[in-house]
Formats: sequence, structure tokens, C-alpha cells
Amino acid sequence: MSTSPTETHHAHGDTHGHGSPRGYRIGAGLAILLTILPFWLVMARPLSSPGLTAALIFALALLQIVVHVTCFLHLDTRSEGGWTLLSFLFTTVIVVLTIGGSVWVMFHLNANMMPMPNGPMH
Amino acid sequence: MTDTLTKTIFGRLTWDSLPIHEPILVGTFIVVALGGLAVLAAITRYRLWGYLWKEWFTSVDHKRIGIMYLVLGIIMLLRGFSDALMMRGQQAVAFGSDQGFLPSHHYDQIFTAHGTIMIFFVAIPLVVGIVNFVMPLQIGARDVAFPFLNNLSFWLTVAGAVLVMLSLFVGEFARTGWLGYAPLSELAYSPDTGVDYYLWSLQIAGVGTTLSAINMVATIIKMRAPGMTMMKMPVFCWTALCSNALAVAIFPALTAAFFLLILDRYAGTHFFTNQLGGAPMMYWNMVWIWGHPEVYVLVLPAFGIFSEITSTFTGKRLFGYSSMVYATVVITILSYLVWLHHFFTMGAGPSVNSFFGIATMVISIPTGAKIFNWLFTMYRGDIRFELPMMWVVAFMLTFVIGGMTGVLLAIPPADFVLHNSLFLVAHFHNVIIGGVVFGLFAGMVYWFPKAFGFKLDPFWGHVAFWGWTVGFWIAWAPIYIVGLMGTTRRVHHFDDLSLQPYFIVAAIGAVVILIGILGFVMSIIMGFVKRDQLRDTTGDPWEGRTLEWSTTSPPPAYNFALTPVIHNLDAWYDMKTHGYQRPAEGFRPIHMPRNTGAGVILSGLAFTLGFGMIWYMWWLAALSFVGLFVVAIGHTFNFNRDYFIPADEVTRTESQRPQPLEARA
Repeated sequence: MSTSPTETHHAHGDTHGHGSPRGYRIGAGLAILLTILPFWLVMARPLSSPGLTAALIFALALLQIVVHVTCFLHLDTRSEGGWTLLSFLFTTVIVVLTIGGSVWVMFHLNANMMPMPNGPMH
Repeated sequence: MTDTLTKTIFGRLTWDSLPIHEPILVGTFIVVALGGLAVLAAITRYRLWGYLWKEWFTSVDHKRIGIMYLVLGIIMLLRGFSDALMMRGQQAVAFGSDQGFLPSHHYDQIFTAHGTIMIFFVAIPLVVGIVNFVMPLQIGARDVAFPFLNNLSFWLTVAGAVLVMLSLFVGEFARTGWLGYAPLSELAYSPDTGVDYYLWSLQIAGVGTTLSAINMVATIIKMRAPGMTMMKMPVFCWTALCSNALAVAIFPALTAAFFLLILDRYAGTHFFTNQLGGAPMMYWNMVWIWGHPEVYVLVLPAFGIFSEITSTFTGKRLFGYSSMVYATVVITILSYLVWLHHFFTMGAGPSVNSFFGIATMVISIPTGAKIFNWLFTMYRGDIRFELPMMWVVAFMLTFVIGGMTGVLLAIPPADFVLHNSLFLVAHFHNVIIGGVVFGLFAGMVYWFPKAFGFKLDPFWGHVAFWGWTVGFWIAWAPIYIVGLMGTTRRVHHFDDLSLQPYFIVAAIGAVVILIGILGFVMSIIMGFVKRDQLRDTTGDPWEGRTLEWSTTSPPPAYNFALTPVIHNLDAWYDMKTHGYQRPAEGFRPIHMPRNTGAGVILSGLAFTLGFGMIWYMWWLAALSFVGLFVVAIGHTFNFNRDYFIPADEVTRTESQRPQPLEARA
């Protein structure tokens, strides 16, 4: 139970946007499109290079995250006075640093190590 | 048949698990048992059980929870420090033919327990305790955002601490070093209960710390008094915000690493083993992704404490407030970019090592900016050298040295020489004692009158101060020297007799620090004895500048009868200069959260869950796990969780206190 210090504060976070049916329709449409496209890229193979296909799928996945976050989670610069966006960006930075950094570090360690018996490393 | 039955009931717990063959442990156990019985008898004799349960254990009041965190931290400090004394004693005598008084098996447990306890059960509870007590008062709030969660966080930390303490007498503790490096901590090399005690106690306490951090962030963001914009918030609250945001982000990494190690040890997976594609380096990587920012989780609030004290005791607004805030935020981000400097020598290439080395050195820039801000605040200030301010000066002199040896260690080639040496150990004790511990003592001396209504005894406070500051250098200067000469850490016995004088001096230093610790305990006891002379009737004993000094000492349960409105950074100083008179009437009923025992019960179940898992008593673990769910869900149906303090009771409480400005004159 939260005790709000004053009556001027919104104690229960009701500054959230709850979206409009139109927003949800656009979101659903984009989400479906962004799901079909990667499937099509894999099944129909319109691009000959697998690397390019994978990169494109990654890009579409990132776009998918943006669509979900804006259309369904209503993340914008106004909700909660910007705190929602700020914490989302903070989380993104930390996740990118942690995962990207770990991949970089482990790649280096792996490249410098002797091959491991029975290991998948080489 | 009976054998399988005993195994089912007691798992691997047998009579052999009790260390009856180790005289030191038996002696300790007798002392602890007698002391514990004396305390329990005293509580029963003075009929305090009901009072403690109703007013403290079940309390959701942030002030009481903060004080309980501090009590936990100080008790665990005594345990952690007795480990330190034993290590120093062992290393002072174990030369040549003398093997010392500790068998290596026991010595390894002691250095592991020392590190684990000092970080997780001393530094964290003390920091969380001070934030808990001070921050809501500084932002003009009546409590934290989630009062029950706060109580639960505290008791989960206690459950973890009790598990660690239990390992002293039932089974044994880890022998792996305080971070439980894989593959040494894997089942193949540590088959006994030590690492399991370590993992479960830290997992349980870690849940508490994470929940508490979420709670503090929510409180600072949502519950500031009207008018207190982010840039009018006291620096301590800024550092508390950054520290807790860091904690929210990093503790999952530690929890995940521990969870994978638990799977390795219990379910036979191979995440961090030597075989079958396990990657022990990944454990180091994940643990230090938590570990390095954790240093800043601890030291940032200490920086906040120094800022508040410097400003109060120089009678000046803090120099460079906004640069202080930006430096804090920059340190928060940078602290994520340096974790690899803990394993430069593991085998990464030069590009990785130089990136992390440079990032580490860059941190010294915002930290240096802070030091200069404090110095410029003091410059031409009307400095009152009372105890809190003395701790600040001692901090600056000590911490700067630690910072410089840190920059030295940040250079990868130098680290290849100094890695795993006592130089490193001296460095991090220098920054943690000189930064965090001195900050916590400064904070405890500074806010003690706010919490209890009387100041700590100044004579014993000075004993504590000089014991710590002098003892610190006697203890660690020799360790720096032998470390630079190449002595490695965690060594049980030395062959080179020429090193012995250094370790004897270091042991003397530890004894001087002991005087400091006992001095602090005495300053509390003598402060209580002389409380009538040391009484703070004004609520503002140090001529403070921030909001917490505008209430009585100790503050009423509701903190502020009417929510203050903030116009200025130093809100209370601003109110005083404008001749603030506290309103005597016009109060309204105050909505308060009700105490609940659910936190104690949940933590008790978490404790038995951990104990069951450690000893392979699967029935106990399963039962506790189900119990946790049932109680947690059951508690959500407890709708009797708030009440109102009637307006006339508030009027009565408020009328009993003198007006702050009149009381001063």
C-alpha cells in the first residue's frame, strides 16, 4: 500500500496512456507483417547471401521490438513524465553493454585459448 | 533401511557435520551460545518480545527498518572483523617451521567468509539502512513506495546472514574466495556444503537487495515533496537513486550466474565446468558484470553522505551541485564498462584489455571532480571539525591514495605483475574502508541524533575515529609494500622469513582497528548512558540544511504532519532563513500502512528452503517452497493493511514539540 505524500501526486501511475483501438490495429498489422517477412525471407530465399538474410531478420526483429513497445506498451516521451522512456533506454544500454561486451570478451578468450577436448569451441 | 530413512530425513547432515574436532570453532560456539542465551534471557526477563515483535520486527516504518539494517550490519561487522583478526594473526606467525594456529582448511573458509560477509552482510545492509532511514525524510515523504516490501527485503537479508553464520557451526563454509570462482566452486572440486551455503545465502539475500533497490528507485521518482524537482533534490538522494538503479540492473546478472552454478552443482549441467563445453570464464565474466558496479552501489551513497556533511559543517551550499549530479550519473554509466579489469590476465587480446583499461582510468575523472567539489565547498567555509566532518577529511586523504593505486592497477601491463597480489588486496581495502566504511561511520555519527534523539558520545567517537584512521594505515601500508614485491593473496603459510616483520606490523594495525570498532560500539553505549546530556531537543543538532532536520528527533511515525513545499535546493536552510514557523493546527488524518508479520514468515520459509537445499533435505525444501507460495499469495488477501492517524492525535503530537527556531534561542 503506497502512501502518497500529497494529494497533488498521482499515486497509482495513472499518467499511463492506454492507447486507442486505432493504435492497436496499426500495431497488430505491423507486428504480423514483421513476422511474415522473416518467414518469407527464409522460406522463399529471395536473397542468395545467408549473411544478408540473417542481418535483415535481425533488423526486422529490432523493428518488431519498437512496434511492440510503442503500440502495445505505449512507450513515449510523455508517459510518467519521461521516466518510462528513460528507464527503457537505460535498460537497453545496459543490456547492449552486457551482452555485447560479454560476446566480445568471450570471443577474444576463445580465440586465444588452446582447443578444448570434447568442447564445442573449435 | 534405517540408513535410507535417515538420509531421506536429514539428507547429508550427520553428526560429523558438526565441527566438534576444531577447538577454535567449539570455543566460538560456546561464547556465541552463552551470549545468545544471555540476550534471549534478558529480552524475556524484561518482557520485550511483544514490544520487539509489534514495534520492530513487523514494522513497515522505513525509519525502523533502516535502524534494523544498521544493527544487522554492525553485528555482522563484528563477525567479519573477527575473521580479519584471525587472518592477520595467522599470517603474522605462519613463517618457516611454524604453521600458525589455523589449519589451511579452516583458513580458506575464513578468507572466503570475511569477503562475503563484509560486502553482502556489512556494507550492503549499512548502505541500505542509511538510505532507508534518511532518503524518505530528505524528500519529504511519509514512507517508501512499498512499505511491506521494505520489511520483506530486510528479513530476506537477515535470512541470508543467518545461513552464513550457521555454516560456522553446522557443516562448513566455502573455501573458494568471496566470489566462488568456477571451476573451483563446482561439485568436482568443492563437494561439501560450503559452496552451497554460499550460493543459497547470497541468492536469498540478493532477492532482498534487489527488491529494496526497486523500492528506493520508485520512492525517489514518485514520492518527492511538491516543488522538489530532480535538480532540487539533495545530493545524497541523487547518489541513492543512481546506486539503487545500478543495483536493480546488476543483481540479476549475479543471480543468473549463481543460478547456473546451482544447476551445475545440483542438476549436473556443465555451464561452468571444465568438461563438456563448460566455460568457467563465463562465470568470471558474469560475476564481475555484477561485481564492479557493486563497488559503486556501495560507494555512491557514501559520496552522498560526504556531500551532505561537507555542506552542513562548512555552513555553505555545496560547491558545484550540478557537476556533482552529473559526475554521479557518469560514474553510474561508466561503472558498467570496466568489469574486465578484474581479469586482464585471463587471456583476452590487447584491444579488449586496452579498452577496459582506459575505461577504468576514465572513472577517475568524475571521481576527481567530486573530490574538488568537496574541497571547494570547504574553501573559505566556516568549518566545524566535529566528528562527521573529521571522517570526511580522513576519507579524502585515504581515498585519494586508494584511487591512485587503482589507476595504477588499471594499466593492463602493470596488472599482469600485480594481479592476485596483496597490492590489489591493499588497494581495494583502501577504497572500500577509506571510501565506504568511513562514509558509513560519518553517516551514522551524523544521523544518529535524528534516529534516536541524542548524539553519540564524542569521546568514544574520537577513539573510534583515530582507531580506524591510524589503524588503517598501520594495517595496510605493509601489505601494499609486500604486495608490490610480489606476495600473493590468500596465502596460508610463508617460507620467506624476511616478510614476517611486515605481517607483524599489519597484525598490530588490525588490533588498532579493533580499538576503533570497539570505540564505535562504546560511543553508542556511552551515548545511551549519557543521553540526557547529549539530548537533541531542536531536531536540528548540526544546523543542517536538508529536510530531515525539520522534523523532531526522533521523527514521528508519519515524518511530516503536513507535507513540506520545496523552493530551494537546501530546503530546510531556506525555510530557516525565511523564519519558518511550524503550523500548530489544520492537520488532517494521516493515512499509514499497517505492520505485518508476513515478511518475517516469508523470510523464515526462505531460510528453511535454503537449509533444505544445502543439506539435500528435499522434503524440507519442497515444503518451504510451497509454503512460500501459499504465504505470499495468502498475504495478498490481507486487506487490513492501512489505517488513519486521527487529526487530533497529530495535533497532540505536534503540540508537544517546541518550535525549532525558538528552541534554538
